[in-house]
Amino acid sequence: MKLVLDAEQEDLRAAVRKFLADRAPSERVRAVMDGDPGHDPAVWTGLAGLGVLGLVVPEELGGAGAGHVDRSVVAEELGRALTPVPFLASAVLATDALLALDDDGARAELLPRLAAGELVGTVAVAEHGGEWDRTGGDTTAAERDGRWELTGVKTPVLAGDTADVVLVVARTPDGPGWFAVDAGAAGLARTRLTGLDPTRRVARLEFDGTPARRLATADAAAAVDLVADLAAVALAAEQAGLLQRAMELTVDHAKVRVQFGRPIGSYQAVKHGCADMYSAWELAVSVLRHAAWTADHDRAELPVAAALAQTYIGPAAFTTATGMIQYHGGIGYTWEHDAHLFYKRAKSAEQLLGPPSGHRARLADRIGV
Amino acid sequence: MTAVEETGNESAVLQEYRRALRTWLEKHAPGPVAGLSGEEYLRTAREFQAALHDAGYAGITWPREMGGQGLGQAEQQVFADEAAAYDLPLYPFMIGMGMCGPTVVDLGTAEQQRRYLPPLLRGEEIWCQLFSEPGAGSDVASLQTRAVRDGDRWVVNGQKVWTTNAQFADFGALLARTDPDRPKHAGLTMFVVDMHAPGVTVRPLKDMSGRAPFNEVYFDDVEIPAQDVLGEIGGGWAAAVTMLGHERVSIGGRQRARSNPLEFASLAELARRTGAGRDPVRRDRLAELYAHERALELLNVRMRQEAAAGRSPGARGSVAKLAGALQARRAIEVAGEIAGADAVAWDPGDERAAELALAINSAPASSIAGGTNEIQRSIIGERILGLPKEPQVDRDVPFRDLAVGTRRREGDR
Ligand SMILES: Cc1cc2nc3c(=O)[nH]c(=O)nc-3n(C[C@H](O)[C@H](O)[C@H](O)COP(=O)(O)OP(=O)(O)OC[C@H]3O[C@@H](n4cnc5c(N)ncnc54)[C@H](O)[C@@H]3O)c2cc1C
Repeated sequence: MKLVLDAEQEDLRAAVRKFLADRAPSERVRAVMDGDPGHDPAVWTGLAGLGVLGLVVPEELGGAGAGHVDRSVVAEELGRALTPVPFLASAVLATDALLALDDDGARAELLPRLAAGELVGTVAVAEHGGEWDRTGGDTTAAERDGRWELTGVKTPVLAGDTADVVLVVARTPDGPGWFAVDAGAAGLARTRLTGLDPTRRVARLEFDGTPARRLATADAAAAVDLVADLAAVALAAEQAGLLQRAMELTVDHAKVRVQFGRPIGSYQAVKHGCADMYSAWELAVSVLRHAAWTADHDRAELPVAAALAQTYIGPAAFTTATGMIQYHGGIGYTWEHDAHLFYKRAKSAEQLLGPPSGHRARLADRIGV
Repeated sequence: MTAVEETGNESAVLQEYRRALRTWLEKHAPGPVAGLSGEEYLRTAREFQAALHDAGYAGITWPREMGGQGLGQAEQQVFADEAAAYDLPLYPFMIGMGMCGPTVVDLGTAEQQRRYLPPLLRGEEIWCQLFSEPGAGSDVASLQTRAVRDGDRWVVNGQKVWTTNAQFADFGALLARTDPDRPKHAGLTMFVVDMHAPGVTVRPLKDMSGRAPFNEVYFDDVEIPAQDVLGEIGGGWAAAVTMLGHERVSIGGRQRARSNPLEFASLAELARRTGAGRDPVRRDRLAELYAHERALELLNVRMRQEAAAGRSPGARGSVAKLAGALQARRAIEVAGEIAGADAVAWDPGDERAAELALAINSAPASSIAGGTNEIQRSIIGERILGLPKEPQVDRDVPFRDLAVGTRRREGDR
């Protein structure tokens, strides 16, 4: 187990942080989130240029052949900066799904383009309240004349309104299956949902006899589980980054805001609140590093580590974002201040892969309670 | 889980160190110590410490010329995680090895290092820490025990309290006031005091668990030779800060004993046995408990790895200390949920229930001993985050003019 980053990973962090500071500062985030397509194509292209969209993709498929620890470093930075890009949808979900499946053709065709940022991909598994269902849920796939068609509703789907290719899990006569659907496919209706978090767009996808390409896989359900666990790790990285930045901004504010003749950070109620944020961050990073490490080196331990990451880090990030608003007082409750963006991102991230109690239930299963 | 998980990225040298240590522990670790009487326990602990020393596992990071092994944090970490698989009787030496010894390494004269470190490493001498007084706990710099210079010796009078292990200690690191005319932090000096010297009285103090692991210690004209000043005369506060730094790391990073009834594994086992684990709410609480316990474990591993890579934990030890104390409270809540009424009333002779009750009654200690949760949060806020200090009314005032403890300043109403 290795829980500290090496020098190269620290360099990667510095490069991404600098890029985001230059190209995606808060004003830019706000401009993008209010417009269309809701994410920042220029930043997306820039990230592709930095080579960080294909970190877990093997070199022969156009990626960097690095790993999940490296990818989590990038996700942390994107979380810190609240960057509105479809990283989680494309560089995490769609990429991991293709790697988890056994379809060499689809892999060779799609992964290089996902890694290059030419294509945006996403995965559609959730239905109803958002819990991931490894059976395909109520979405069915039927074969007609050797061609597959999907019928059903998936929601919420990350970047579902803008993705070029959607990887869908559906029920087939022989169990769950994975399918690739093109954005322009006939019989696909995409509705952008109004979201709590303005920095991340989600959509509802309705399939009505939509033509789809079935992807080869030895075990579709196991692939769902693996993709979910890896997503839990990447999301936890975003959350840890968000937590850290929310804590830093709160501490900075507590040093300069003066009330009753003293900086508010000299009052214990505030100081101790900041100390709790910091402690939560130290613990969160430790949990995150471990989870990312298992994704690279100990797949048997990954299911526990991933459930642990969501159990610990999701709520910790939301608590910190809540405290951020509290310790900023009235200004923290204004639209102009970024605190609400941290709050909304933290809340929506906490729910994205199912509610915290769902993660705890999974954790309980996996540790044999 | 813990013992094997460190091996991933280790150098060949470290792997060999681990292999040898593992073999040694398998052969030499004493059996369960929980049931031993006080005297048997102490004897077992001394023998084990001596064996550790002979095998080259005592004072792993201490300099060779002081009797240590001259190795790095990496080896220390290997020791910590291999030791975690056992219930080793290291407790009596914890204050000496974890706090006093490292302070002698940092601040002692060559003579002091020669005199005190080797017997400590060999398990021949036990140490205690004599800081707290009835009027000076969190605010330890307001202590009133006096040491007055008289030629080539000092004469000490005063009272200490909550002194862990003083009942069998041979030496103590004593913080005393040597100059009441200076502000409180400036007038202190640290001494090594012989606990068997005339005028030292140790009285056991029962704690809320009903045991007496700590004591009141009285000093009546106790003489300390001048060469037993540790650090500088008047430099007691700096010495105390050095020791408190070692203390937080040694408390926060302490390996959990295998038999702790409040840890997740024990409570999950209890839940399986009683069927409580089938209840979704209790399952939820257990999963949460696991998450927090594991997070703390991983933080400790991470900090040790950082230390091994040259980044010292500094004030971050407070994070582990605080998280450990909060975890103890959380564990008690969950234990209550799992054990129900059995947690509070049990058949005479039911060892397991008694252990759980003892753990419940011991848990508050972790939020107080070694600096309270509030003090840890202030340390994190001020030293790590750089938040402004609280206004201090006593920083520049001569000690004799201060109100301290629960007494009022003379002249106050
Ligand atoms: C099991 C155990 C073992 C111990 N072993 C030793 C030992 O071996 N050697 C030794 O020297 N001492 C020892 N102690 C003493 C321990 O260090 C003190 O009890 C501790 O530092 C707290 O001091 P106090 O008890 O005087 O509480 P106080 O300082 O009176 O604190 C009472 C309450 O006030 C709060 N408080 C105090 N000051 C502040 C502040 N500035 N800001 C916010 N809140 C504040 C505290 O957090 C606490 O909640 C031990 C204590 C225990 C419980």
